[in-house]
Amino acid sequence: MSKILTVDDLQVKYGGILALKGISFEVNKGEIVSLIGANGAGKTTTLRAISGLVPFTGRIQLLQGETEWLDLSTVAKHDIVRKGLAHSPEGRGIFPNLTVYENLFLGAFARNDKPEIAKDLEHCFELFPRLKERIKQKAGTLSGGEQQMVAISRALMAKPKVLLLDEPSLGLAPLIVAQIFEIIKKVNSEGMTVLLVEQNARMALKISHRAYCVETGKITLSGKGIDLLKDSRIVDSYLGGH
Amino acid sequence: MEMRDEAARSQALKSIPGPLIGIVILIAIAYLLDATANPYTQFVLTMILANAVLATSLNLVNGFTGQFSLGHAGFMAVGAYTSAWLATRPELAFLPDYLKFLSLPIAAGLLAAIAGYIVGLPSLRLKGDYLAIVTLGFGEIIRVILLNSEAVGGARGLYGIPAAAAIPSLGMSEFISQFSISSIWLVITFVTLWRIVHSAKGRAFLSVREDEIAAEAMGINITQTKVRAFVISAFFAGVGGALFAHTVKYLNPATFTFTKSVDIIIMIVLGGMGSFTGSVIAAAIITVLPEMVLRELQQLTGVDLRMVIYSLMLILFMILKPTGILGTLEATDILRKLRERFKPAAAQESK
Repeated sequence: MSKILTVDDLQVKYGGILALKGISFEVNKGEIVSLIGANGAGKTTTLRAISGLVPFTGRIQLLQGETEWLDLSTVAKHDIVRKGLAHSPEGRGIFPNLTVYENLFLGAFARNDKPEIAKDLEHCFELFPRLKERIKQKAGTLSGGEQQMVAISRALMAKPKVLLLDEPSLGLAPLIVAQIFEIIKKVNSEGMTVLLVEQNARMALKISHRAYCVETGKITLSGKGIDLLKDSRIVDSYLGGH
Repeated sequence: MEMRDEAARSQALKSIPGPLIGIVILIAIAYLLDATANPYTQFVLTMILANAVLATSLNLVNGFTGQFSLGHAGFMAVGAYTSAWLATRPELAFLPDYLKFLSLPIAAGLLAAIAGYIVGLPSLRLKGDYLAIVTLGFGEIIRVILLNSEAVGGARGLYGIPAAAAIPSLGMSEFISQFSISSIWLVITFVTLWRIVHSAKGRAFLSVREDEIAAEAMGINITQTKVRAFVISAFFAGVGGALFAHTVKYLNPATFTFTKSVDIIIMIVLGGMGSFTGSVIAAAIITVLPEMVLRELQQLTGVDLRMVIYSLMLILFMILKPTGILGTLEATDILRKLRERFKPAAAQESK
């Protein structure tokens, strides 16, 4: 498998406090990789650093083309998406007073290939038929699950190399969570690489090829998703079982 | 559930005939008013056009981009003084009179846009209250500079500003000349702003208002977008200032105080932050109300109730309809909805 995103000794400070104490991991092409861990472990901060939303030290590199590696610290934050990373932020971060259509269309803001955009829009509606019914509705009036669908679709509209999803299950009913994860799996099976940050460890591990467990700013465990599901340390800490 | 049809909006005003029809209608109104209304009414109605230009342009920054600017009177002043000063220059005498007054707002707008860029670039990194204070300060700086510039009359103000002359061969009085120039510029302003906001790239403005972090993740350069909105808005504020100068024919720095900015803000709040048609409607109301209604009231009661009624109106609006007359809807959305409501009824009747 070939790597597409590598993170090396990533450190982030909030004020004087070291939130990430040197995190290293990589994402291979076509994988779903998840970062799991408790509140405040640094999962979201890791994603925010990758998207350029917080200053960091260390190296984050993204594959461009076949062999060329791009150091993301040299890229302005509004250009990150043009390099192939689309971030669906925690708490969804949709544009509440804009329609579903406008939200999705803004996802493709950095693109210039008009016919392809229309095709991808259709594809989003295939993934989330519900959104097609709501196309002219303000996104802020949708239910939580639908808003999450908007957030994921909007990130997909950027046609990224790697899709960054921050807590897609946050505040959603279990049934909706299952639906959302089904879609993430489907998107991945179509070739999209996904980096997923989740507190819902069981759901995340089930669909992930590989996973990393983040604890107070460090990676403490890593392995295949299915292996971690059975790992006693994970089970005790995050899956609430014996 | 609120529905808006963005596709319909981005299609509207794309064709040339629409705006032209608007101009023709407004000029027809001018001829009508020339025959029927007294000069005072004519003056008030011409002011509506200038105020509508000012309100729609401020709405781009405050309503659509979500940045609270309190300095619109400053840009307006730059435009007004530029246009008034240029109008008296002998170097421009070679231009046909009507054409000269039609094109002066361009120069006024350009200078105001430059001012907008200079203010916007450093200050738009600020947010909310801080931005409001910086723009407020800027407006005051402009006013104080004008107050101390003898070249433009200083505190005495600028008298006898020329305006477009009558064209008897077309049956155009001086009023029709000024009214038609203002109409043309209002339509240009309205169509330009509308097309910008409802274009694919123009949605960047809306996204900055909605969520800056998400907008940035979509690949939108936030500071650049804000500066753009500011410069475009300042340009049309300059245009509005120019129209104002040639309508009122007298400029005084005291006109362009903080209160003037607030007047324009009241228009966009009343009309709806994020609704161009709302701004035009509110500009008409706010211009006509003090002149035609409150003046009568003042004569009747002997007290100036203008500020009391303004404030009451704002308070009531904030309680009863905080989004203003139209909110983020446009008049076209409402027309379309009405049409859709009556269409199925008509179709059923025919069955």
